[in-house]
This record gives sequence, structure tokens and C-alpha cells, in this order.
Amino acid sequence: MSWFKRDKPGVDTPSDADRTVRTEGLWVKCDGCKQIIFRQDLEDNRRVCPKCGFHFRIDAREWLDLIFEGEWTEFDSNLASTDPMQFADSKPYKARLAGMQQTLNMKDAILSGQGKIGNHTVNVCSMELKFIGGSMGAVMGEKITRAVERSIENRQPLVIVSATGGARMQEGAVSLMQMAKISSALMRLDEVGVPYISVLTDPTTGGVTASFAMLGDLNIAEPGALIGFAGPRVIEQTIRQKLPEGFQRSEFLLTHGFLDAVVKRHDIRDFLARSFDFFVN
Amino acid sequence: MSNPDITARIHALHPDSAPAPVATESNPAYKKVQLARHPKRPHALDYIERLCTGFTELHGDRAYGDDLAIVGGYAFFDDQPVMVIGQQRGRDTKQKLARNFGMPKPEGYRKAMRLMFMADKFHRPVITFIDTPGAYPGIDAEERGQAEAIAYNLREMARLGVPVIVVVIGEGGSGGALGMGVGNKILMLENSYYSVISPESCAAIIWRDSAKAELAAAALKLTGPDLLERGIIDEIVPEPPGGAQEDHDAAAALLGDSIRKALAELSAMTPKELVDHRYLKFRRMAPFFEG
Ligand SMILES: [Zn+2]
Repeated sequence: MSWFKRDKPGVDTPSDADRTVRTEGLWVKCDGCKQIIFRQDLEDNRRVCPKCGFHFRIDAREWLDLIFEGEWTEFDSNLASTDPMQFADSKPYKARLAGMQQTLNMKDAILSGQGKIGNHTVNVCSMELKFIGGSMGAVMGEKITRAVERSIENRQPLVIVSATGGARMQEGAVSLMQMAKISSALMRLDEVGVPYISVLTDPTTGGVTASFAMLGDLNIAEPGALIGFAGPRVIEQTIRQKLPEGFQRSEFLLTHGFLDAVVKRHDIRDFLARSFDFFVN
Repeated sequence: MSNPDITARIHALHPDSAPAPVATESNPAYKKVQLARHPKRPHALDYIERLCTGFTELHGDRAYGDDLAIVGGYAFFDDQPVMVIGQQRGRDTKQKLARNFGMPKPEGYRKAMRLMFMADKFHRPVITFIDTPGAYPGIDAEERGQAEAIAYNLREMARLGVPVIVVVIGEGGSGGALGMGVGNKILMLENSYYSVISPESCAAIIWRDSAKAELAAAALKLTGPDLLERGIIDEIVPEPPGGAQEDHDAAAALLGDSIRKALAELSAMTPKELVDHRYLKFRRMAPFFEG
């Protein structure tokens, strides 16, 4: 079954059913420990299972609220795609975009915000997985690049929270080029010595991993997040064998040397503040 | 029932899905895709040996190994020293296996970057030849950081203070192509394609039928004229009648003309101008947004 056939948003997430809340109402079944937990307990605990620590997904706005403790200014909120390829499959891309924009009350799969972390004024971009799988097109490319430029101009640290299936197919090569555009901007940020921390959450794959998500001065991830270049299904189809347990999860990447740390959601804000104290002061 | 892994399917590279090289009249975009994969089409080394003298292959990434899906080394183009790096498919089955069907692994991208840094150090222009269905999607490639290797190249290619000319000679398969594609000039051969996803994988997602690749090829706008119009490439290099596979020498001569012109233009620029030129080129790519 293809997500392109579905009109209902919220199920367009590009990964396994792991992180979805299956039980309606007051109770939720945890996909980590399989226990039934009180929904309010989960919400009060930043959607981390109070029993086993399993990290449920949170959306782009919640991330900014969490990192900035609720106080932040949004930038470039009106940028919207103009459908560079006039793409149409089961439904014209323009119509798909319009539907998403209305349902999720955002113009594309990313929010750009600025606020305080400790003593530091920081620019944070955060992706929305529910918006066409958190995919990257011209708007995401431009918003992140502008955030990088803001960081360069004002010497403000940068954080990008990724949650995405990668480049947006419906914008063709335009979406592919965003990888180079953002990475080039990060070269400039690197040259002026302003820190960038990449936060990888479940899932971060494809063209986003193969560009800015792996280019942080620090690359950190939430526990158990799926992180990779190719998705597990493609790899299975290519090599025609089952993938090992834990393959492409945060802990796997940590073991193989591609992450600086796996950081729990409750510790992220402190981790960022402390890191910027090291980098900046 | 679990959701399909969309991530996986979006980035499917379908290495074994290359269709028979039969030209169809029906869809010009797909016809180009088929020609780009034609078994007799010149590969990177075919161009390098015709365009350059003294090509000396340099191996290895100095960390893990030598990926034969990418070849590189120094050479002389019109007697001018240049660094040439190409994604290389094999011609016969044995070569194809050795070169992993032109699908590089992390050590390939790292070798490519090592050679580009060397070119930068000694002020030599870089010419890259893009021809891959995509970076290899395998366990070992993931373990060694396929994503990181490509990401690193994107950022570091932006920093090079020498002319970088990128030529898409066949398949420009997604991030695996772009990992050697951050240049001052991006040229595309007439019958090549450059796409965010292969037409087969795109068709598998949209129509759940990779056989509908023809439709997907048209929808993706992956041909030279489509990309030129959108400011993603700089020039389309003509091929001999019928396609490059018909006459390798003529194809190389035509490409040589375009490279010569690009080199002349870029050689007049200072290192800083080259970095800025490349930066602005991608910074402006591509303004398809409003608000
Ligand atoms: Zn639990």
C-alpha cells in the first residue's frame, strides 16, 4: 500500500508502525514494552514511555517548545512550494500540498525558530514528519539555508532537528539540489566557527542524512531512532537477506562511529546548553 | 499490518532493474534513460583515455580500501594537468561485479574527496564524471557511513579553491551522483539523466508498478532540457547521431569542446572567486517557492 494513495494526513509517516499510538482514547499501548500506559502520563513525560523509556515521536512544534521552553520566534513561516516539476501522480502535488497545509497548519515540512538555550540565542529548524514524510523540497532547503545565514551573520549557534524520509520526490532534482545548497551554506558556517548541532530523531534517512544531518560539529540522536542512507527495505531487497537486529538504529551508528552521543529527550536541552557553553564561551 | 517503509522505497535504487536497451518512440524522457544505460555507452574511463594523456590512476581512501566503482587520478587535458574522477561501471559481467555496477561505497566517495583535496593543494582543476544508478544500498555501506561520506563531500567540494567541472555522462542517480557533483559548471550529455530517484523506484511508489517507469521518467523531469530550464545544470553536451554509444570518439570530442570552454572560463578566476561562484550557483538553486 502506498502512502500516495492515502488522503488522510497523519498516517503519511515514512517508517514502520513502531511509533504510532494504536489505542484510541485514554490509554496507549507502548511499542517498546507493550504495556498499556495512561495517555496523560505519556504526554506529561514528553511522550517518553514512563515505564521503559521508549521515545514516541513528537512533532516539529513540540520540538521547538521543548528546546526553547515554549518561548521562540518563528521565521520564514510563509514560504511555500511552487511545484517546480508540475508533478502529478494519483493527485496533483499542488493539491497534496494544499491539503497538508490546511490540516497541519504549516506551509511545508519544516519550522524555523529562534530563542534562548541557556545564555545562548540559537536558531533551530525542526522537521515535521507528518508533512509528506518530512520530505525536503525547495522550501525546506531555503528555510534551513536562511537559518544558517542568520547564524553566520549574528554568530548564533544552529540546531537542526531531523525527522524525514529524505528528498521530496515530487520536486525532482530541485529537491536533490537542496542537499548541496544547505551543505555549502554549512561550509560557510564552519569557516566562521559558529557551532552547529544536528539532532537526529526517528526516522532520519535518505538525502537529509546524506547531507546536513551528518554535518554537525556534533551529531546526536534520540535513543532507538532509525538513521541511514538507504532505507532498510531497499537494503533487504538489494542483498536479499534479513537485516541484523538493531541495524541502522542510533546505538548502531554510535558503535560505528557516526554519532557523538545518544541523548534522551529529557536531557537534550541541557546537553545543547552545555555544548554551546563549551563552543562559544 | 505494518506500514510500508516509504523511506526505503523512496530511496530505492533498484540496481538490478535496468531494462533492456530498446529505444521506444513513445516517451522521449524514458528514451534518454534507456540510452543513458545503453550497454555500449562510453563509460568514464572511455572518455578519460580519449580526452586526456598520461592518466595515472590513484587508488584508495587511506582509511579502508579502494572502491573500484570510482576511478580517479591525474591526467593532462590539452597538456594542462587536471584531476579526473569518474564513477565507473563495468563492461562485462566480471567487471560489473568488480565495480559493483557503478554503485560506490563510502570508501569510494572518500577516495574521490582525497583526490579533490590533492587537486586543491596543487591548484589543479577537477573534472568529475557522473554515471551511477546510485550509491550502494547495502549493510557494509551503511556500517561505514554512506550518508556521512556523501554529506562530507557536499560540504568539502563547496570549499575547493580550484575549478570543478561536473559532467553527467550517463545515469545521475540521486545523492550517489551528487556526492561528486558540487561544481562550478554542471554539464549533461544529451542522453543522460539526473534525478532524485530512479524512474523505476518512483513508479513503484506511485503506481506500485516499476514497469510504469516510463510515466515516472516523464513526471520527474530528469532530462537535460528540463534541468537547464530550471537552472540546475549549465549546458547540454551534444552526442553523435543516435547517441554516444554509436561513436565513442565523436562523443569524446564533443565533450572535450565543452570541457575546454568551461576550463578556459573558470581558469580566469581566483580561488576565492571560484568558491563564491560555486556557492552562489547552489545558493540560488532553485527558487521554486513563494512568500
Ligand atoms: Zn514502554
